Amino acid sequence: MSDLHRIELFVNDTHYERMVESRLLLSDFLRHTLGLTGTHVGCEHGICGACTIILDGDSVRSCLLFAVQADSCRIETVEGLGSSDRLSPLQELFRQHHALQCGFCTPGMLMTCVDMLAKYPLATDAEIRDALSGNLCRCTGYENIVDAVKAASKQRRESAR
Amino acid sequence: MKPPVFAYVRPGTLDAAIAALACYGEEAKILAGGQSLVPLLNFRMLRPAALIDINRIPGLDYVVESEDGSLQVGALTRHRTLETSPVVKDRFPILNAALAHVAHLAIRNRGTIGGSLSHADPAAELPMMALLLDAEIAIAGPNGTRVLAARDFLVGTLATALTEDEIVTQVAFPPLPAAAGWGFEEFAQRSGDFALAGVGAVLGVRDGRCVEARIALMGVDETAIRATQAERLLVGERYDPDLVRAAATNARAAINPNSDLRASAEYRRHLVAALAERVLVAAWRRAEGRLA
Repeated sequence: MSDLHRIELFVNDTHYERMVESRLLLSDFLRHTLGLTGTHVGCEHGICGACTIILDGDSVRSCLLFAVQADSCRIETVEGLGSSDRLSPLQELFRQHHALQCGFCTPGMLMTCVDMLAKYPLATDAEIRDALSGNLCRCTGYENIVDAVKAASKQRRESAR
Repeated sequence: MKPPVFAYVRPGTLDAAIAALACYGEEAKILAGGQSLVPLLNFRMLRPAALIDINRIPGLDYVVESEDGSLQVGALTRHRTLETSPVVKDRFPILNAALAHVAHLAIRNRGTIGGSLSHADPAAELPMMALLLDAEIAIAGPNGTRVLAARDFLVGTLATALTEDEIVTQVAFPPLPAAAGWGFEEFAQRSGDFALAGVGAVLGVRDGRCVEARIALMGVDETAIRATQAERLLVGERYDPDLVRAAATNARAAINPNSDLRASAEYRRHLVAALAERVLVAAWRRAEGRLA
């Protein structure tokens, strides 16, 4: 049985056209088909948040979507934020605040924060913790991640002035 | 953790979706937000022959207040759209409060109202809100459309009155009674987890007396349920802390919770009584304009 679908989409402003099997998860499409291994795969059932990406402007779990569903969509992954010699402002704040140790959860944390900072005030620690509650980190105890997001939120407020 | 093989069908209209359902019958699952379905596929707890992806069907994503004051919500409306809707915040603040507890932003960005109702998780907020607010659920199938009250729609754990060839198209929430107060609380071990128990209430209070009482409970029985006896205890009465406690205790006795790894049945009963008391106090205070 032929079960291939042609999809075309933009990932970090690069256009791709590929044939995909129906059951191919978007997370696996990004990692294995496109080689964009920045998006991490933890639990594959929507709990850990490591695979969070931005799809048409909203953060989503890429392990809970099929690649075929992303046909004609725009995706942003952690590779679109910055590079190792040119970090994005949010990545730079994560680095400054030691908001990562092993780094496994970091791509999902960053993409979640991109969406959260765009949509929520994140003015208090409680708001920031709630914002991060869908992303698991087993190293940091979250304190430094909260600090980094707090700094990002402050930076945003100051630049808005 | 990879889903099994399935055929992927992406109809462009509701009629085409219903035709696809008729073609595959019970072998098909509808893919809307996928936030409950895809984990079940990844775990291979489900092996449908086909997924019918309704995400591209136009006209099913809307939140509108109709002339009679009811709130009509299209089945493909995302949780976050409903949560952030100004009409919901203004006219149905209890819905806004409950939706903030649905999982996490990335899930709410994707999960749909129709999907949550059709999935009918007994610990999910939306089916419970539908039951509490006496919502009416519009369903389309090969023989046309029908409308079911939420209490007739939710029949058991992950079970609804939908037949295999039907699809939810809309949920309509009738207007809240005038001068109604509301309360909603749930308890989960971590922010965004499924609640161990949750309670919602709407109280209509006139001249200091309760004229209408609705109490719904979630996570503590086969489906979300109404605590009808506790509701009856309140109607016609004036506010009295002992009365509220009696109603909360009554709600505790009305449920049939499970014991599982996360909580014992007894603990869930305790939670229902404690949350019900808080929620009823809040609802009464709001009805009397003493709480925002």
